[in-house]
Amino acid sequence: MNNILVANEVSKQFGSHIALNKVSLEIPKNSIYGLLGPNGAGKTTLIRIINQIIYPDQGAIYFDGEPLRDQHISMIGYLPEERGLYKSMKVGEQALYLAQLKGLSKSDAKIRLKYWFDRLEIGDWWNKKIQELSKGMAQKIQFIVTVLHEPKLLIFDEPFSGFDPINANLIKDEILQLRDKGTTIIFSTHRMESVEELCEYIALVHKSEKILDGKLSDIKKAYKNNIYKVGLGVQSANGLLEDLKDKFEILSSEYVDDGLQLNFTVQLPSDNTGHFLAHLSGKANVNNFMETIPSANDIFIRTVQSR
Amino acid sequence: MTFLSPILMVGMVVLIVYLTKINDSEKRTIGILNESNYFSTDFQGTESTSFIKFKDIGLEAAKDSIQKMGFYGLLYIPNDKDLEQVVSRSFFYSKDAPGSSILDNLENVFEDRLRMQRLQELGVSVSDFESVDNNFEINTATFSGEQNLKGITEMKAFIGGAFGYLIMMFIIIYGGFVMRSVIEEKTTRIIEVIISSVKPFQLMLGKIIGTSLAGVTQFAIWIISAFIMFGVLILVFDIDPSALNSEAGNAPGLIGGAAYVTASDSAMQLYANELFRIPWIMLICFFVIYFVLGYLIYSSIYAAIGAAVDNETDTQQFIFPIILPLMLAIYVGFFSVFNNPHGPIAVGFSLFPLTSPIVMLMRLPGGIGEGGVPIWEVVVSILLLIITFIGIVWLAAKIYRVGILMYGKKPSYRDLFKWLKY
Repeated sequence: MNNILVANEVSKQFGSHIALNKVSLEIPKNSIYGLLGPNGAGKTTLIRIINQIIYPDQGAIYFDGEPLRDQHISMIGYLPEERGLYKSMKVGEQALYLAQLKGLSKSDAKIRLKYWFDRLEIGDWWNKKIQELSKGMAQKIQFIVTVLHEPKLLIFDEPFSGFDPINANLIKDEILQLRDKGTTIIFSTHRMESVEELCEYIALVHKSEKILDGKLSDIKKAYKNNIYKVGLGVQSANGLLEDLKDKFEILSSEYVDDGLQLNFTVQLPSDNTGHFLAHLSGKANVNNFMETIPSANDIFIRTVQSR
Repeated sequence: MTFLSPILMVGMVVLIVYLTKINDSEKRTIGILNESNYFSTDFQGTESTSFIKFKDIGLEAAKDSIQKMGFYGLLYIPNDKDLEQVVSRSFFYSKDAPGSSILDNLENVFEDRLRMQRLQELGVSVSDFESVDNNFEINTATFSGEQNLKGITEMKAFIGGAFGYLIMMFIIIYGGFVMRSVIEEKTTRIIEVIISSVKPFQLMLGKIIGTSLAGVTQFAIWIISAFIMFGVLILVFDIDPSALNSEAGNAPGLIGGAAYVTASDSAMQLYANELFRIPWIMLICFFVIYFVLGYLIYSSIYAAIGAAVDNETDTQQFIFPIILPLMLAIYVGFFSVFNNPHGPIAVGFSLFPLTSPIVMLMRLPGGIGEGGVPIWEVVVSILLLIITFIGIVWLAAKIYRVGILMYGKKPSYRDLFKWLKY
């Protein structure tokens, strides 16, 4: 079993509104999986079904090869998009309570909380009330109680909203370390660029349906279009651009740096960069040469448009 | 507050009683300016009133000195040969309007004197008249032969009313607790964190049961402090506890002779005996049963309301239908049950699950079984409560499950109905 979670044609309907329409997913163990799509696409509904907050009308979910059951709850950590804590409860007390809800013993929870509080350098918050903390501070507590019971699967819904960039990076690092320790992580977000670099696998969800999923590198390979960004150092406008335009498909071009740098994008025939670079050698100094890889956002838009 | 409030309540009652007593114990002095030949010895001072006789001064001078000495008032009896004339022209002067008990006392003296005069005119001797005079009070007893004290029925009804009222207050207060705590979990957005660990149904039921136990604890504290207060009262009013114990030991099995009290017992003792014969333990047990069942039903509805709305101001339209049966129960209890605890209305409302916790509690001080509430009615009302609880909690859980994840729009009754089918 290499998948921690498998969804099989999961459908959910609220009244006349179809929230999920036969969505199937396979989430490999020990990966970071991006569940991407605009607001209202059905991501949160799917996540709630995985957390057994609501139940699918049709279809089934398998956790680690078994049909999803009550006891799997303690193996999942969930940071919801709509998150908060009891405002007038003390930080430590509250963290202990939530940890015990996930099945940890009190003494266990204390030891682990101490570890995490020291790690995130918030040990002196133990007796503070949530309402005395800033939103970013509360988010750290929220993160700790999500991961404290060392779940096999962590689900983050819009994880970085509410964090300042410094803390967002801190949390990002912590998540990567958890992944290295063997945890599978699902990111759900409509801000695709925020998690793209982290995700190994993605699924695109649009209007209650999954429109694309798989390994991100494979998807990018499939969607790449052999367009390259090139920057050349040139002495003057010596007809090089015209020469290139004759021989290659130049999409756009411009001179910068008082005419000493020529930037252009070029569409090359597939897997034939050698020929292009050989043509340039001796004629100009290649300052940069880069394939334009489509972002998840681009892929999403192209997929939606092509349907 | 848990411990303080019963003490405060009893303290208030004690304070009021004490103040009333003080008010009565103020000794008043009344001056008498008697110009007639009558009433020379009729006005005798009492515990609360003393009389000072004025002689050989004018009315105005007497009034002046009364005021200067700070006395309560002046009774002026003019001179006339005819007693009727004397009486009709007498006056009582005082600074403020006189209390009715003072006037009653004075009037009694005049009335007695007049009665004697008239009897003499009719040729009836006073002793003859007194032998004719007959103060009658009907003797009352229950069918089983227990002597009834006047007012004891009212007292029982009052105690039942107090229990019923207490249940209503507990339901409203602790139901409100549940509702506010659900709303708090929604507004702080912790709800989704929690229900990813426990099922919404577990969370709702846990909340309801936890709060109901808090309510029972609160009540237990009240009962314990009530017993302490009762001990204090026994000491204060000098009630013989051994008499109480023997009465309590006898009741209700040994009735007949044992329940009759001797003439030397004070009225307070009599009522204390009666109070002890009310089945308190049974009442308290049933209070807990009816409170818990009634509370479970109502707080499930409160929890569903809390889940349906985003803030407390939106709850009004949903709260009203809950308060309605509670209010109805209280009013039906006060008006119907007090008059006839076993009439058809009283029976009906004490079986209907939304009102039975209150109305049944009002009927129960009369006892269960013979002469009280039939056992089958109690059993049926409790069974109906349990069935209703299961039904209501099932419906409430459906609304709760959907509602806790809904933000924004204030739902209508139609929305709630739709949620039942999600």
